[in-house]
Amino acid sequence: MRRSVGLTLPAGAGVVAAWLLARAARRRREPEPLNRWQMVTINYPPQRLSEPGELPEPIARFGEALEIMIRPAPGGRGTELGARLRESPARGRIAKAAGRTAEGDARQVVQSALRAAKSLIETGEVLQPPAPPTTRRRTAARLSELATLRAGGEGGR
Amino acid sequence: MKALCWEGIDDLSVKDVPDPGMENRQDAIVKVTLTTTCGSDLHLLGGYIPQMRPGDVIGHEFIGEIVEMGSQVRRHRVGDRVVVCSFIGCGRCWNCEHGLWSLCDNSNPDPTPGQKAWGFETGGVYGYSHVMGGFPGSHAEYIRVPYADYDAFPIPDGVEDENALFASDAAPTGWMGADLGGVKPGDIVAVWGAGGVGQMAARAAMLLGAERVIVIDRLPERLAMTERHVGAETIDYTAVDVLAELRERSGGRGPDVCIEAVGMEAHSPSPEFVYDQAKKRFHVETERPFAVREAILACRKGGTVFILGVFAGTVAKFPLGAVMNKGLTVRSAQQHGHRYIPMLLQRIAKGELVTRHLATHEMSLDDAPRGYEMFKKKEDGCVRAVFRPDSSA
Repeated sequence: MRRSVGLTLPAGAGVVAAWLLARAARRRREPEPLNRWQMVTINYPPQRLSEPGELPEPIARFGEALEIMIRPAPGGRGTELGARLRESPARGRIAKAAGRTAEGDARQVVQSALRAAKSLIETGEVLQPPAPPTTRRRTAARLSELATLRAGGEGGR
Repeated sequence: MKALCWEGIDDLSVKDVPDPGMENRQDAIVKVTLTTTCGSDLHLLGGYIPQMRPGDVIGHEFIGEIVEMGSQVRRHRVGDRVVVCSFIGCGRCWNCEHGLWSLCDNSNPDPTPGQKAWGFETGGVYGYSHVMGGFPGSHAEYIRVPYADYDAFPIPDGVEDENALFASDAAPTGWMGADLGGVKPGDIVAVWGAGGVGQMAARAAMLLGAERVIVIDRLPERLAMTERHVGAETIDYTAVDVLAELRERSGGRGPDVCIEAVGMEAHSPSPEFVYDQAKKRFHVETERPFAVREAILACRKGGTVFILGVFAGTVAKFPLGAVMNKGLTVRSAQQHGHRYIPMLLQRIAKGELVTRHLATHEMSLDDAPRGYEMFKKKEDGCVRAVFRPDSSA
């Protein structure tokens, strides 16, 4: 018994110490930039898409609110299109939470616009979701969808 | 219109739902003439695929007739008899242009759930949850087909509906397993699962020149069907040691290519089955990957394992050590059917590929819940239940 306590206590202390060190390291790390570049690659020749003025409405409507980057994609994959908000979305847990409304946070709006622009350039249309709906949403499904939405980040519809 | 709706776990019903609308100029509306059950639907029934909603119309393997087209549809006419790929591809993104159609960048209107689950979303698919686009499925009188110029394929004259039907999913999925698994003349190929997809994978391997093709299952009627219609050898895994049998039939080397066509609800006679089933029930893991594990262990050193069966989440006891130390190549994909369907229709027309025998039970859409019951329980030798939406019960 004494032997097992003698082994367990140092092991437990080691785990706690490791956790405290990891937490301290996380706190020391620079906060994730909230206005990083969001990117899509468009299957379209870079020679034909070089100016922000050539971008379709889903991106153009943001006007000066977005910084735009256009560059050739490596390996003949077309054109990389990037966008980021000129003003960083509010930082801090409360502000971040408040920024995630039912419409999604600002980064998701930008990501959705990039996807729409890509789709328009590649196919001429943005595929619309099915309508009219045949479904009913259960509470569990709503919670799952809410969790996905609240996850925030850069995913976009 | 009438449609078969998912109402909850193991709960299907035929209901009246709104007709599909034309939402894009590249859409077509197709009047469904034949639509079939698929083994992957059983995962929806079992509640293993996330983001299903009561009222979702299921079904993804079908043929029909174009009855309405958007202004940008160029390659079809109203009245065309078409087979439609179960995955939706735009035909113009990088993935589609490179043959990776099920990974289309533009065909999933809501990528968020897929991105959260898998890092990136897949393309859209009919009747297969809101993770994959939420598109209503084909067990209905009518269906909206986006990107109709790319996703609907004219059925050649002389090819009967019952043969063309399986060019929508089972045949291209099976062909893809053999093709992307790298089957070449002289190979020994083992296929786990003698359902529609497994049989098609076996036939594809034979047509690609494999020396021996061996299909593994436990259902005698499916094994007999495989021998008779596909011409492959079979193994009943409940009767023999599969690894020893495969080693013996492959000169001690093991199969060059192992194709898994079972998916997340595999069965096994081993005690592991009970253990995995219990873990799955308590959501400790989401799949039972027996066939994948066995394929990895059976495969020859330096061989290839292709995973065709549908998986959605996480597995336990994945033999990564065998993959690494034997130098295996493991590939997988949802079906990139568009790259194969025209060729498959030609092979069906020439009689090289036989598919009709898979339709063991044909019934009206009104009887679809019963059809799924039979299909799930493998009653009366059911391999596929096929529904005719335009006929009454």
